[in-house]
Amino acid sequence: MSWRDVIDFSDYGALVALLHNSIIAGAVLGLVGGLVGVFVMMRDLSFAVHGTSELSFAGAALALLLGVDVVIGSVIGSLAAALIFGALGIKARDRSSIIGVLMPFGLGLGVLFLSLYKGRGANKFGLLTGQIVSVDDPGLAWLTAVSVVVLLALAILWRPLLFATVDPEIAAARGVPVRALAPVFMILLGLTVAMSVKIIGALLVLALLVTPAAAAMRVTVSMLWVPVLSVIFAVTSMVGGIMLALGGRLPISPYITTISFVIYLVCRLIGRARTRRGWAARPASPRPG
Amino acid sequence: MSLDARPVLELRDATLAHGDRVLWHDLDLQMRPGEFIAVLGGNGSGKSSLLKAIIGQQALTAGSVMVAGKPVGGAARGSRAVGYVPQRISLDPAAALRVRDLVRLGVDGHRLGPGIFTARRTRRRVDALLDEVGATALADAPVSQLSGGEMQRVRIAEALAGEPELLLCDEPLAALDIGQSRRIVTLIDEYRRSHGTSVLFVTHDINAVLGIADRVLYLAGGRFRLGPPEEVLASATLTDLYGAPIDVFRTQGRVIIVAAADPGADRHDPHAGHDHEQATEAG
Repeated sequence: MSWRDVIDFSDYGALVALLHNSIIAGAVLGLVGGLVGVFVMMRDLSFAVHGTSELSFAGAALALLLGVDVVIGSVIGSLAAALIFGALGIKARDRSSIIGVLMPFGLGLGVLFLSLYKGRGANKFGLLTGQIVSVDDPGLAWLTAVSVVVLLALAILWRPLLFATVDPEIAAARGVPVRALAPVFMILLGLTVAMSVKIIGALLVLALLVTPAAAAMRVTVSMLWVPVLSVIFAVTSMVGGIMLALGGRLPISPYITTISFVIYLVCRLIGRARTRRGWAARPASPRPG
Repeated sequence: MSLDARPVLELRDATLAHGDRVLWHDLDLQMRPGEFIAVLGGNGSGKSSLLKAIIGQQALTAGSVMVAGKPVGGAARGSRAVGYVPQRISLDPAAALRVRDLVRLGVDGHRLGPGIFTARRTRRRVDALLDEVGATALADAPVSQLSGGEMQRVRIAEALAGEPELLLCDEPLAALDIGQSRRIVTLIDEYRRSHGTSVLFVTHDINAVLGIADRVLYLAGGRFRLGPPEEVLASATLTDLYGAPIDVFRTQGRVIIVAAADPGADRHDPHAGHDHEQATEAG
């Protein structure tokens, strides 16, 4: 293995032209993932994301075995996961145990389906760790359509969802349907996970849905800047990762996860300095009361 | 009946029981606009459950609740006419948001859409609310870094955001020192006088709202007493309510409630936590 396997910018222009669909797909995923990630962090759903992505993987593997479009399988798998987690796990502790039980089962099923599958090996590995599949035009159209649905739903529900997330008791008292919003968000999350699995792989979805939002929350607490930064970080990781991966021979995911992780580290350092200094301009001796 | 006479809150024959245990029964209560009612009682007497029933989070076993003339329960969970200051004052520390973000949720958190077009108006409203509770300096501080008293001010600003007709406060003084408690009570009292908001105020410490509360609702042993403070907070009334001898002392403008010193009786403090120090002193 040489450095040319990791990064190689010869013929880069041609590659970009060839794979511009993948780059657009990465940017769209970054936008959706960065926004959904904010709620994943605030609702403490990291583990649910992981569980959903494993079940999405099982669905995709089954689709591969049956010769159906992988995307359909992953959507069915992650929606099933979202509905089960949403319906059974209202309390955080219940939810964790249910996810802990279902996740290995889903992964096991996925491994079974893959071992029964006799097709190309790259297809198998790609579901777990992602690959630069040349996203074809129908694939991109599909991804964009689902993204538009998720983005529209988020735009409409943004304030009630935020209210129900940070302050459920008060939100309920003000008439926000706190309980109904939980499964609705799980469905949006499931759709986002299903879209991501094909590009960055089931094992690494967290790098898109958790890391950027977690990084953003290290450097700001503004309800405007958290989502904005989270989206910027996610798009940077996705597009940057794909651009770097184009030249080399490695799968796409290590590039995405590394960029994502480095951004998080930098944000942690900035956040630490900021905590030492104090977060906001407050008077030296705060008003009593 | 004029509009002003319409009760802000009306409970009719309200009963709440968990299995065999009756928390209170046949509770009739009509709150006038601008009235301040203190709700007293030991732990587990159903004070918080009463508030939960009023916001539709707890179904009554029998009877009915009307808020601002509309029945609570069934599909009508929650009401915009109600402001609620919860018992649990802290937020999840993972919640990354500023004080102004939290208050903003009180203003427009129930609305659909991202709220971009109304952002400026909303911001002015949030500033006004923070000013009203004296928390302007905290506007950009993360909520996770507030002290108990600061958080309670912000919670009140959030609860007042909807210009409620009825303010429900569930132990808003818990974890506050005497000075902080007094400032919070003064804040609420001034607001209800200037805006005509009714206040239902659950507390362990009657002395914090003495001279402010128009009426007292005392819950104990599945029963209740409702009336002016001097009438409810009397030895005879509470002795009857508890079914055990209770002494009520008044000294230096404070009320001290203790189980009467009867050698044969159970000396158990009827208030489990209520004015505990004073009870020990006096008893």
